[in-house]
Amino acid sequence: AQSHGSASRGAGGEFLQHLFHCRCGSLTKLAYYSTVQHKVARVRSFDHSGKDIDNEPLYEISVQEEITARLHFIKFENTYIETCLDFIKDHLVNTETKVIKATGGGAYKFKDLIEKKLGLKVDKEDVMTCLIKGCNFVLRNIPHEVFAYQKDSDTEFRFQTNHPNIFPYLLVNIGSGVSIVKVESEDKFEWIGGSSIGGGTFWGLGALLTKTKKFDELLQLASKGQHTNVDMLVKDVYGGACQTLGLSGNLIASSFGKSTTADKEFSKEDMAKSLLHMISNDIGQLACLHAKLHNLDKIYFGGFFIRGHPVTMRTITYSINFFSKGEVQALFLRHEGYLGAIGAFLKGAEQDNPNQYSWGENYAGSSGLMSTSPDVSPLQRTRSGTFDMLEMDRLERPLVNLPLLKDPSTYIPDTVDLTDDAMARKYWLTCFEEALDGVAKRAAASQPDSVDAQERAEKFRQKYWNKLQTLRQQPFAYGTLTVRSLLDTREHCLNEFSFPDPYSKVKQKENGIALKCFQSVIESLDSLGWEERQFALVKGLLAGNVFDWGAKAVSDVLESEPQFGFEEAKSKLQGKGRSLLEGPPHKCALIFADNSGIDIILGVFPFVRELLSRGTEVILACNSGPALNDVTYSESLIVTERIAAMDPVIHSALRDEKLLLVQTGSSSPCLDLRYCRWPKPPGTEAPFHPRQTDLVVIEGMGRAIHTNYYAVLRCESLKLAVIKNSWLADRLGGKIFSVIFKYEVPCK
Amino acid sequence: GAKGDQGAPCGSEGTAGGSGCAPGNRDRRRGNGLRLAPAQLFLFHPPQQFTLCLLSAVFPWFGLDIGGTLVKLVYFEPKDITAEEEEEEVENLKSIRKYLTSNVAYGSTGIRDVHLELRELTLCGRKGNLHFIRFPTHDMPAFIQMGSEKHFSSLHTTLCATGGGAYKFEQDFRTMGDLELCKLDELDCLVKGVLYIDSVGFNGRSECYYFENPTDAERCQKLPFNLENPYPLLLVNIGSGVSILAVYSKDNYKRVTGTSLGGGTFFGLCCLLTGCSTFEEALEMASHGDSTKVDKLVRDIYGGDYERFGLPGWAVASSFGNMMSKEKRDSVSKEDLARATLITITNNIGSIARMCALNENINRVVFVGNFLRINTISMRLLAYALDYWSKGQLKALFLEHEVKFLFKICLMAKYKS
Repeated sequence: AQSHGSASRGAGGEFLQHLFHCRCGSLTKLAYYSTVQHKVARVRSFDHSGKDIDNEPLYEISVQEEITARLHFIKFENTYIETCLDFIKDHLVNTETKVIKATGGGAYKFKDLIEKKLGLKVDKEDVMTCLIKGCNFVLRNIPHEVFAYQKDSDTEFRFQTNHPNIFPYLLVNIGSGVSIVKVESEDKFEWIGGSSIGGGTFWGLGALLTKTKKFDELLQLASKGQHTNVDMLVKDVYGGACQTLGLSGNLIASSFGKSTTADKEFSKEDMAKSLLHMISNDIGQLACLHAKLHNLDKIYFGGFFIRGHPVTMRTITYSINFFSKGEVQALFLRHEGYLGAIGAFLKGAEQDNPNQYSWGENYAGSSGLMSTSPDVSPLQRTRSGTFDMLEMDRLERPLVNLPLLKDPSTYIPDTVDLTDDAMARKYWLTCFEEALDGVAKRAAASQPDSVDAQERAEKFRQKYWNKLQTLRQQPFAYGTLTVRSLLDTREHCLNEFSFPDPYSKVKQKENGIALKCFQSVIESLDSLGWEERQFALVKGLLAGNVFDWGAKAVSDVLESEPQFGFEEAKSKLQGKGRSLLEGPPHKCALIFADNSGIDIILGVFPFVRELLSRGTEVILACNSGPALNDVTYSESLIVTERIAAMDPVIHSALRDEKLLLVQTGSSSPCLDLRYCRWPKPPGTEAPFHPRQTDLVVIEGMGRAIHTNYYAVLRCESLKLAVIKNSWLADRLGGKIFSVIFKYEVPCK
Repeated sequence: GAKGDQGAPCGSEGTAGGSGCAPGNRDRRRGNGLRLAPAQLFLFHPPQQFTLCLLSAVFPWFGLDIGGTLVKLVYFEPKDITAEEEEEEVENLKSIRKYLTSNVAYGSTGIRDVHLELRELTLCGRKGNLHFIRFPTHDMPAFIQMGSEKHFSSLHTTLCATGGGAYKFEQDFRTMGDLELCKLDELDCLVKGVLYIDSVGFNGRSECYYFENPTDAERCQKLPFNLENPYPLLLVNIGSGVSILAVYSKDNYKRVTGTSLGGGTFFGLCCLLTGCSTFEEALEMASHGDSTKVDKLVRDIYGGDYERFGLPGWAVASSFGNMMSKEKRDSVSKEDLARATLITITNNIGSIARMCALNENINRVVFVGNFLRINTISMRLLAYALDYWSKGQLKALFLEHEVKFLFKICLMAKYKS
């Protein structure tokens, strides 16, 4: 049942800690919590005293094993249950788990089998409590969990921005019957109604009418049928006159109203379609009546009737729009099928309180929406059928909104929605495909001492290639497709195959080189007049940002065209940007850094230094984990320490906590300001409390263009990047190596 | 209750039959369905449901109710024709009368329900017999053609028609038969009918009744209800579809919603599931069936009550839910299926009506319509369901008569005076 053998996890052995099981219909959902051992790259500073600094590397890189927690959710057909239990048994050795939580009707059915096979006690949990716990969890933790379904639009799946406040909402679970639950808070929910006309009615009645046994086949039939042959429509009664009466003749006056005759045959397809409409309309109507009574405008639908079936999502959406006159929105969840299992898991893990953590979807381990072909599945080899999974990595601390966002509820990090924009999607998918071989090569090359690096790199290449192909077919598979999600998926896949940091050596080398130039850069800057220096600083920031291994090699161009983009930057600077530098000093600047090497050391640090000498405190935020050649928090610590050793301004700022290094909580080249690991003020109340921040600098393509280009902040912000991609430059109306220098002052 | 002593000279089914007005997938427009005058369908034909709109002083007196499935024709055959009248009577009127009264079948599909005929009836001062003839709506063109051939238009009569077909075939009547139809507003008929009933009473008895102790099979009994202050009330008209109206005063009412799951759905599904051919047959089967073999109850899933949500074990969790299993499909009878269909449709109507009542803040719900004729199972169930799920807050009321029918009598009386 476990999708990735430990081999593909590198040295990782997985130890099940909690195990949960939920069965609905013919599918079993299994949730388990494991610790995943995987490789991470660590950097460690040498003691450089008395050594030949010029020839020694700046710091030591080591690959270590790290243990993190991961949640796994697997869904499979009940026929696999024995195989699955065997797998679990094999992995249960090192755990103290004595109880398995189970929910759903099958909790009864498989109780004995589970208890016998695993020697565990099966604890049954209330279905609806589990469902709602699970629902709250995914709503809070998974970006783009929620989507609206629009069959006739360009984007079938319209993903919703996560709203910081998820309550209250209506959950309509369409299993064999229908339950309508109002959820008001984490622990407060109420069954406010239900209906016996649900999925079981469609299935049972459908089986009687069409002699078709399977639910999916019934849906198939329905999607081919014409309900107008069976239903009596308004126009069947009124004729064409219904138009003059101001009503639509296509409305159903009476479901099955035309089958009131014993001597006519009706096709299976038509009857199935009529039945589908009847049931969907009825559920939609009741849901709307309940929503109206409780004054709610969001309804999440779940249950096997909905699960991954565009046919039913379509009819339900239609019905909700019709009966609510568009006032209520029918919403669906990507991981709806897992809610019960997730909830059962959370129930069992209560002493661990998973809500104190943040969780991130692991794109490498999760099969996407409506996907039935996970690429690495031990079960897949022997059997075919529905089998998919969701994996979530536990992040050490809760990630929260950057308090400086003007309106967190409307903030969308991504600049271009590739699910929406077919042209952009095509471009970027091709772009990532073309770059893939290079990335795989670099990954292999980054571990020259490893015997299987080549093999793992190839596996990585294959996996990411498959993901890209899935996304070509189903752009919505993991929520809204964006450049960010493509980049993140690539990072997840690299990690999956134990390439924790393919750029570690490149970064090490570049950091070393750049550090050697630091003092001369500072000297030349200090020799300039104020105004000249400001330009030079911005120039340095931008020049540094060209060194981005995410884009193609660019240093040649930089050397041959030293004036690239600067005139543009200069003109912008002379306009609005001037107030950035000429106004009174800021209290505190928050800088999101981008690349290692020249970028951080010769671009960002001189700028930081200038700010510090103006009396502005600086928070320098770097990624928690590696992504491309982006500087990581631990690298930034070493780099800063080395700079401090050379530079008294930095030295004293560090000592006085005027310069604070923090980590973003992210391992992505992009930046989602809703999920930041916001620094706790060190010690007492905050010299660097984020609320004091009155300037935010976001640097780099990933952070300032692919994401946050349109982000609105409460305070002044500067987004700067060099466009290192001609297609994108074209899109934004400029040339390659154009400069983005976006200085925004919030409206008073 | 289909006998003539139900007291009415003419059966009249007004045309505000329930209409589902649920969306079909081809309908691209939104929302407008809620305003529509409902379609009406006549699936059942005891006499009191036939339309008679005798607004013409001149013979022949016809009433047409053109439903989605059936056309109901009511014909008043005067028996007190004087010699003078006889002399004045044009030839084709005589031949029409003779044709209609001497046959029991017309063409291959027209049928005169002789057993429904009301004899020696006084209507608007004239004595005569009231005949009920029905034929399928799809033969309507042939009917109009016949009218044209028999020069019906030369009789200078106004043909009163109701039902959706009054709209659908209006143009055909005009062009082919040279006839103008007199149409009546359906919702108006429905609302005014209810209010009218209350004012006239029913042979000294209360027109309106309810079930006392509906949740207790032993003690449940039908009791009169005084509808003296009727407002506000929720009016649920169950025809082949269902229309739900909130009535705040005589002239202030609105259509709240409707559902396409109505009498037509019950009958249609029964035809498909059991092969029955009449509504009465379907009801008869239902009365002998056991729906718990077909439906999955709460106790079938939870072994008893589902206490977390306060759901009793006897409640239906999934209509037809047991039919997901092949063994159970093979072991149920047609009667069980008919019963389950009836229970499903009835419960659903009760549920939607209850939600509407809550949303509109109304606590009296009057159920009317064809579906409830000779259908005590559904009436008792509605009374029970409304009482149980509202914890006694809502009251289900029923009427002795088909209200639109009574309203037409009222119209006639007015015409006469």
